[in-house]
Amino acid sequence: MKLFKSLGLATALTLATGGVMAESHSEDPLKVGFIYVGPIGDFGWSYQHEQGRLAVEEEFGDAVETTYIESVPEGDSERVIRRMAQDGTDLIFTTSFGYMTPTLRVAEQFPDTMFEHATGYQRADNVSTYSGRFYEGRTVQGILAGHMTESNVIGYIASFPIPEVIRGINASYLAAKSVNPDVEFKIVWVSTWFDPAKEADAANALIEQGADVIMQHTDSTAPMTIAEATWDGLEEGETGIYAFGQASDMMEFGPNARLSSIIDNWAPYYIERVQAAMDGTWESADAWHGIAQGTTTIGAFNENIPEDVAAEATAAMEAIAAGELHPFTGPINKQDGSVWLEEGETADDGTLLGMNFYVEGIEGAIPN
Amino acid sequence: MMDVIGLSADLSLVTALSYLLTVLLPTMIIAATPLVLASTGELVVEKSGVLNLGVEGMMIMGAVVGFIVAVESGTPVAGFVIAALAGALLALIFGFLTQVLLSNQVATGLALTLFGLGLAALMGQTYTGIRPPQTTRLDIPEVSDFPILGDMLFSYDWIVYFALALVGAVWWFLNHTRPGLVLRAVGENHDAAHALGYRVITIRLAAIAFGGACAGMGGAYLSLVRVPNWSEGMTAGIGWIALAIVVFASWKPGRVIIGAWLFGGVTILQINIQAANLNILAIAAIVLALVTVVMIAFNLRTKSRQGWIRVAFLGALALLGWAMALTWPDFRLDSAYLSMTPYLTTIVVLVAISGDRTRAALNAPASLGRVFHASN
Repeated sequence: MKLFKSLGLATALTLATGGVMAESHSEDPLKVGFIYVGPIGDFGWSYQHEQGRLAVEEEFGDAVETTYIESVPEGDSERVIRRMAQDGTDLIFTTSFGYMTPTLRVAEQFPDTMFEHATGYQRADNVSTYSGRFYEGRTVQGILAGHMTESNVIGYIASFPIPEVIRGINASYLAAKSVNPDVEFKIVWVSTWFDPAKEADAANALIEQGADVIMQHTDSTAPMTIAEATWDGLEEGETGIYAFGQASDMMEFGPNARLSSIIDNWAPYYIERVQAAMDGTWESADAWHGIAQGTTTIGAFNENIPEDVAAEATAAMEAIAAGELHPFTGPINKQDGSVWLEEGETADDGTLLGMNFYVEGIEGAIPN
Repeated sequence: MMDVIGLSADLSLVTALSYLLTVLLPTMIIAATPLVLASTGELVVEKSGVLNLGVEGMMIMGAVVGFIVAVESGTPVAGFVIAALAGALLALIFGFLTQVLLSNQVATGLALTLFGLGLAALMGQTYTGIRPPQTTRLDIPEVSDFPILGDMLFSYDWIVYFALALVGAVWWFLNHTRPGLVLRAVGENHDAAHALGYRVITIRLAAIAFGGACAGMGGAYLSLVRVPNWSEGMTAGIGWIALAIVVFASWKPGRVIIGAWLFGGVTILQINIQAANLNILAIAAIVLALVTVVMIAFNLRTKSRQGWIRVAFLGALALLGWAMALTWPDFRLDSAYLSMTPYLTTIVVLVAISGDRTRAALNAPASLGRVFHASN
């Protein structure tokens, strides 16, 4: 597996770059590179980053030259990032959590290259971090899921036990619980970002265990496909399994099953940063934008959602955007029963970025 | 409810057993089917002395072609057949390069994977978000509805049975037919086979095409049954696992099934013990107990002393597992360990194979990966 990927990447890089640029001239286009963890055709996470890259091309035309490398395994990413930097790329976006340490290592060796790492928490003078407050979207999904479930069992397909994913689980659970006290979460960790067969198996296992709403924090459309298949041959008035679009809208994959979606909209941020790099005003910073800035966008609601439920979810979305509602507002206890947030207290970003615990009520342990 | 076996506090013994046999076992067999197909194909290729590392590429080719044909024609059977043809066609590119132009098999196989992944992504571009027609499941009135056994044995789609029959056919072909013997001879010593007048290259090309066809069908099973939709890169490394299984099976068809079930089963277990909150110790105990029963039945016929020692050993292990499950009813294995198991096993097998003395016993074809030219 590794051997083939390495070979593939080496080939891709050799083909993509004619030679190493010694120095860049001011009239040369800004070279912007993107590194994706999945294929751009995953119609999820990597697909949305690719949409952002295309938006950059559209916005700046000949003033930029963009490249991307897809399906780069996290464990083998350092070499790929280094090659991109060696080839004279001015601004490099590395778009998966596991690229964090590799990005920092390469950035140390290339102080004149600008790096942007998505979803990480470590910065350097030439490394910015950026992410979306997807947990805000999870709150909206949790409200919908809590209302729409009839079995009161919600299945959650999780990828890796990193703060980003744990945050999503906690936010969904708190929101679902707030509208439906009987709700129960069944969580399956699949240890992959993209493996349609495994994600499909996980969705099936959760359905078998009584889940009638599936949430996912993986990148493929397979769970949505499995949910949609349960709508085949239903009688009038019966409903199948519901699911949510993740990272991308996924509407076409589940016309009946899809309740709503979280859409990652990276284009505004990418355009802003490329502009800053061109103007010479680029500085290391941390951007964590949510519903208010449009980085986290909520997809259209399913027609089966009753009006009052839709109104409640929309109200939550608007309150979050206006800064009136924080998804993590106390009282909230941790899983072990200890107090995390007092009545009325809201979580600070530091805790959210390092979140490594379940909130009270979620069963099971987070894998190591 | 009383927790008799420590599997899960929510399940009685009967429901636990029926869960294992009617839910876990069938999903495991379905998950293993693409592996059974691809590994069996690769086994024949390797038996003929050729190492084709392009399984992943041929599988994804089969996945996309099978999907396109099934969607356009509305018949999954056509999808599977054309997927097999597409896999064979792609394999023959490899065959031409390695057998006629004598290129390096390892490098060519890797290139084939890359080529397949890229070409499949290109071909499938307009086919995302479409649902394929459903592959029919076996449905024998009365029989398929029979409690437990119906779900266990008679409720799969036809590819599952086809894959198992294929393994049987390959075993019979390799061990009990003259062409099978010739194919093995080519794989063991191509110079000797050539000297005897056998057409080494033709035989190898046929084996390569067969391997491609099997991999193509395995890929189509992913996009038409297991997921079922087309997405780019959807094989996600399964072709490499198929290669590992051939080694794990030490080039014996029957063991391919065991290997595929082990690899497929571990994935399914990893997911299901989380979803159903199961105790892995209890599962291990039950599996060991079932194996013990099978071995007792087997031994009643052969009556070998060593067999009874094995039975006693396995039975004791099963009891130990049961005791442990009852002692630690809350034991939950971190899913990461379970994912590692098949790979660790393969490494152990590989280490065993690398020792020269055991090599012959382990069945590795002696000419595997070596270039053949008639002038040598």
